[in-house]
Amino acid sequence: MFGKLTIDALPFYSPIAAGGAAVTVGGALLVAIVLTWLRAWKYLWTDWLTSVDHKRIGIMYIVLALIMLLRGFVDALMMRAQQAMALNSGGYLPPEHFDQIFSSHGTIMIFFMAMPFMTGLMNVIVPLQIGTRDVAFPWLNAVSLWLSAAGAALVMVSLVIGKFSTAGWTGYPPYSGIEYNPGVGVDYWIWAILISGVGSTMSGINFIVTILKRRAPGMTLMRMTPFVWTALVASVLMAFAFPAITVACGLLALDRLAGMHFFTNAHGGNMMNYVNLFWIWGHPEVYILILPAFGIFSEVVSTFSRKRLFGYESLVYATAAIGILSFTVWLHHFFTMGSSANVNAFFGVMTMIIAVPTGVKVFNWLLTMYRGRIEFHPSMMWSIGFIVTFVIGGMTGVLLAIPPADFLMHNTTFLVAHFHNMIIPGVLFGYLAGYMYWFPKAFGFAFHRGWGLGAFWCWIIGFYLAFMPLYLLGLKGMPRRMETYNDPTWQPYLLVAASGAAVVLCGIGCMVMQLYVSIRDRAKTRDLTGDPFDGRTLEWSTSSPPPPYNFAVIPTVGDREAFLEMKEKGIAYRRPAAYEPIRIPSNTPIGVILGAFGFVLGFAMVWHIWWLVLASGFVMFVAVIVRSSNDDQEFTMSASEVKRIEDQRYRQLGSRA
Amino acid sequence: MSVTHMSEHEREEIETHEQRALGFWLYLMGDAVIFALLFATYAIMIPGTAGGPTGKDLFDLDNAAIETALLLVSSMTFGFASLQVKAGNRGAVLLWLAITFLLGAGFVFLEVREFAGMIARGAGPDRSGFLSAFFTLVGTHGVHVTMGLIWIVVLGAQVALKGLTLPVASRLYRLGLFWHFLDIAWVGIFSIVYLPGLL
Repeated sequence: MFGKLTIDALPFYSPIAAGGAAVTVGGALLVAIVLTWLRAWKYLWTDWLTSVDHKRIGIMYIVLALIMLLRGFVDALMMRAQQAMALNSGGYLPPEHFDQIFSSHGTIMIFFMAMPFMTGLMNVIVPLQIGTRDVAFPWLNAVSLWLSAAGAALVMVSLVIGKFSTAGWTGYPPYSGIEYNPGVGVDYWIWAILISGVGSTMSGINFIVTILKRRAPGMTLMRMTPFVWTALVASVLMAFAFPAITVACGLLALDRLAGMHFFTNAHGGNMMNYVNLFWIWGHPEVYILILPAFGIFSEVVSTFSRKRLFGYESLVYATAAIGILSFTVWLHHFFTMGSSANVNAFFGVMTMIIAVPTGVKVFNWLLTMYRGRIEFHPSMMWSIGFIVTFVIGGMTGVLLAIPPADFLMHNTTFLVAHFHNMIIPGVLFGYLAGYMYWFPKAFGFAFHRGWGLGAFWCWIIGFYLAFMPLYLLGLKGMPRRMETYNDPTWQPYLLVAASGAAVVLCGIGCMVMQLYVSIRDRAKTRDLTGDPFDGRTLEWSTSSPPPPYNFAVIPTVGDREAFLEMKEKGIAYRRPAAYEPIRIPSNTPIGVILGAFGFVLGFAMVWHIWWLVLASGFVMFVAVIVRSSNDDQEFTMSASEVKRIEDQRYRQLGSRA
Repeated sequence: MSVTHMSEHEREEIETHEQRALGFWLYLMGDAVIFALLFATYAIMIPGTAGGPTGKDLFDLDNAAIETALLLVSSMTFGFASLQVKAGNRGAVLLWLAITFLLGAGFVFLEVREFAGMIARGAGPDRSGFLSAFFTLVGTHGVHVTMGLIWIVVLGAQVALKGLTLPVASRLYRLGLFWHFLDIAWVGIFSIVYLPGLL
């Protein structure tokens, strides 16, 4: 009846694991109680969970990302604490628990923090910047969101029921195979990734079509904003790289479930094939995450330097070049596999080449700032911090691209320091810059500046304290993922690294305070114009928050900086003679239903509850057929309703003047 | 006023279906990546028989040839259905869809019979890496064809109930893309799995 699931799956065997479960369950209960107390369930369901509005979907993605950031960061704190104290002792975490923590940290931060954060920002901003009313496939967009949430929920549930994988976020076989890992941990990892991966693939397709087909009249490809360009290239990578991880995890699941021999030691299996498949996805994934962040930096630097972006065309070509080259470097993740010297040399050279277009972008940003009138908004601080820090990470990356050097540093903390040095400033700082930049657009009130600056300074100081010692430790030969060690000269570095994590914790505290203070003071800080930063692109031409239809009249674009041009010509804010009725996609519960049953399906696969697999799969199948047979997926907002909303907008604009 | 509004609405609807066609093409290209990786995996696992049966021992060219014929002809009959969609001939569309369905079902039947025979001879997917790759590659294609069959039934019902409306015709167009894509994938399987396995 319940497959492998028994009462022993509850984590009463260890106080620390039970504590993690208690926090998870308590957090969920707390949210439920608050929602009930506020009588917000109905509002939540009708206005948010069933919504297909790209702006709301984007905000829900970002909420998911911030929650998972907290969870992933707690994992990081626990690892730093363990390594700080584990000299010649077991520390406070048993090895198996420590292994679960580094596995879930990586899995969460890549798949359930960075991916939803990026997709969320793209959702909120891309349709506004290209001057359209929604994405090409609004319902599919909701399905993508809820499948991502289902994957995240599987990772969270593994805290309470059963255990998570101990095989690292990459899940290499044969260790992740059934022979060495008979428990449910690896299955949780596989199904979380497979289910959310389907969502990411569909997001990629959705945004390619949206950007190629739905741009406002006059917006040629070379008039698209840098963020839209990077979102387009990232979407192409999502649509064509995510199938590779679907194959890698799918074959691993077949090995585990059906006794197949893709990656086993014996019976003709080839475990290195997994490593290739995984990184054929994994390297493009790095650029999926970082390209949109590059786009955000470009927007932010241009806006707060009060200058047109320097070298726009070179930035576009660099983005496209990175997109193509990203498929030609995957082998540098495993130079030590034992490929021939020529193969390693090829991938080493390609890796150095891909650094060139990235370097081009650094000069784009620097020369945009040069002689600009820089305003030190928190988003600008994230951008400047990124440039300085990212260059260090880039140089250590070029070091690692040399195969003989990589042989010495492979799987040491030097590597850990390197990729955190790319991903924290490159990806996370970029998303946080975008989060603080577009927050007033999404919600209609200011985001507190002081706490934002506090978050920046804590994050960047904490980052240097936490990761610079790891470079040195890696050079001294410390392997990654060590639960305990006996070299006393390592400990001082690990203590510094732990202090860095504590400083980052202060940064996260600042972010929580920033949200609290901004929401508390929202009545005083309303954004009446929709254009608080003297913006240059179309998203700033709408009200904050934008109306459901985004643009009452689709704008006609005459320049790359479309809104700035309108303001200079004096045609921004001009009222049309009359309004037309607007077709808007109707809300539907089928997206959230698919997510819920996707979660049940994954859970049932993990625990081998076969009847539940069939039942939930059947429900999802029927839901898709029902929805796809529905010809009437939109409703019409009348011209008078549009006029009412627009009248209110112009009253707000008037009250400012 | 109402006339211009209607045409505006119609234009929007046509654009919507164009966007869906592009989206579906992109999905198919992603699916092609999946097949490409499964093909590559199969190719490197051909020697991994672990002392078990090889392709030469297992494959039956007659069976594969009949499967190929069924699937290729079904692509042609789907083409006839598409022509009748353009002609607006509802009955003929249903007839050609039914024939396509039967051909596709015959293909799936032969494949299931082949798989069952191999498993009965102890050559199942858990026998060796080579057989894991064979069953997964060919089986993934077979699952696609089965999905296509269900989709034919669903759209056949829509044609019968709703007629050849713009949305239904646009869905038939995408189903056609899917069905022809599976043909191309099968040509790859025939040329990379069955032919070299027997030569």
